[in-house]
Amino acid sequence: MSDTTVLIVAVLFWLGAWYANNRLAALTPQNERTKFAINLLIPFLFGASLLALWEGITRGFSVPTVLLPPPSMIWERITNSVPILWADFVQTYVKAVLTGYIIGCSLGFLIAILVDRSPFFRAGVMPIGNLVSALPIIGIAPIMVMWFGFDWQSKAAVVVVMTFFPMLVNTVAGLAAAGQMERDLMNTYAASYWQSLVKLRLPAAMPFIFNALKINSTLALIGAIVAEFFGTPIVGMGFRISAEVGRLNIDMVWAQIFVAALAGSLSYGALSLLERSVTFWHPSNRR
Amino acid sequence: MKIKPRNAFVPVLTIITAIIAIWYGAAVFMNAPFEWDQAERIGKETNWSAVVPATMDQKRPVLPAPHQVAEEIWKTTGAMIEKGRPFSKRSLIFHAWVTLSATLLGFAMGTMLGILLAVGIVHSRVLDKSMMPWIITSQTIPILALAPMLIVVLNAVGVSGLFPKAVISTYLSFFPVAVGMVKGLRSPETMHLDLMKTYSASRAETFWKLRLPASIPFLFTSMKIAIAASLVGAIVGELPTGAVSGLGARLLAGSYFGQTIQIWSALIVAAIMAGLLVALVGWVGKIVSRRMGAREAVA
Repeated sequence: MSDTTVLIVAVLFWLGAWYANNRLAALTPQNERTKFAINLLIPFLFGASLLALWEGITRGFSVPTVLLPPPSMIWERITNSVPILWADFVQTYVKAVLTGYIIGCSLGFLIAILVDRSPFFRAGVMPIGNLVSALPIIGIAPIMVMWFGFDWQSKAAVVVVMTFFPMLVNTVAGLAAAGQMERDLMNTYAASYWQSLVKLRLPAAMPFIFNALKINSTLALIGAIVAEFFGTPIVGMGFRISAEVGRLNIDMVWAQIFVAALAGSLSYGALSLLERSVTFWHPSNRR
Repeated sequence: MKIKPRNAFVPVLTIITAIIAIWYGAAVFMNAPFEWDQAERIGKETNWSAVVPATMDQKRPVLPAPHQVAEEIWKTTGAMIEKGRPFSKRSLIFHAWVTLSATLLGFAMGTMLGILLAVGIVHSRVLDKSMMPWIITSQTIPILALAPMLIVVLNAVGVSGLFPKAVISTYLSFFPVAVGMVKGLRSPETMHLDLMKTYSASRAETFWKLRLPASIPFLFTSMKIAIAASLVGAIVGELPTGAVSGLGARLLAGSYFGQTIQIWSALIVAAIMAGLLVALVGWVGKIVSRRMGAREAVA
């Protein structure tokens, strides 16, 4: 297919998808399943038409691949360099992100439970935690690289610090979420501190905790990738991105971004599924 | 549960004092090995009473003590003003301004984009159904990974300086605003919407007189998040340009040359800036809400 044909086909596809979406959105099906399918189909068509336009414009107007490579070229690069992408993924995601995420989240959770026992500390920690959550914590990356060396440990350390505060603040807020009535009920049952914590307050805090887990899943990936800009062994997603940008291999950069996007959305999706099964009682999950 | 700021004053002060005390302790602990090592190399006997003060005053400490950072910040801000050169390249005011301008431009563009998207989404079913899932997905993507590419590519076509950084800030800040505004524009109750209908108000009138005023508290709540995100975007956007100017560049230059005090002072200035920006947005929001008699946003 010549490049002009690609452009024409892409524009036609985009117009068709736009028209189809207009019609689909106007439908009001009674059937739950059809509704679900339509709600899935519309964003899918929208995304597909964006991809088609991207392909059509970059090839039709022969945009230099240094500026913006067409999706087909990026896909080719992805399929051709699976070993490299996999090695980078293991280095950045499996080693740095997961380790840091688990340590940071559990630390934030445990400290929150400790802090929660004293109203004095709770009053002091909340404003500070909220402030710190708004700070550009990513800036500690160069310090961590100096302290923990070039390998993944320093990236995990950045992730620990970045994920700690959202978890702390959300868990403390969540532990206050159980209603007074329910707490009084636990008291009348002569429930001990731990019993009411495990059976009432932690379950009530779950929506907050999952909120933090979701925020952190994105933050962790960002932290690890940006920390690699400050110094790294010759493997890792952040390293690959900065190195290939320097050599103007933009398709490789997009391939890395694709992997990062996939990892990010999959972990987010997994957390959402888990949340739905843990907090099935919450109003937002009721049908 | 809401904590009144006045009741929180003593606890916050206590915790800050504790943090500074821990910081000093950590500085001694982390810098001491270097001092012992130095003393051993020149074959000099030394003891803790000599080592501890020395750890407070190293040139390139592993962890600078708080007063060293404070001194460095003063040297690069206040002292520069006294010398009458507040915008020299060595002054942190200059670098902070570079970062701040990119942050503000990106924040303004991101807020505009977010509001426009939200208006579109609220008024069109197609946009709602086709774009909302993608807007949410776009935030699960570690977009900062795009930063170096964006900077280099835009540089290649001759766009450099402020704008590429602002683009990254825009991307980071549009999302909270879009989501918050969608919530806000949908916040009027059915009763109020029905009332507008009985007045035979047009869509535009309903928008200007009901939906928009109702959304203002939501807008400011999400703008607080957006401006913090913008600052992060601007700082990260300064990393790949090769450490020319800006707080991000100071971080990078500091890490190249092992200037820990410089890194920490840039970091603290960035933190102060983030705190001030968020407080400023919150303050403006409070004034606007009071003037409009608006209700609190229930996110």
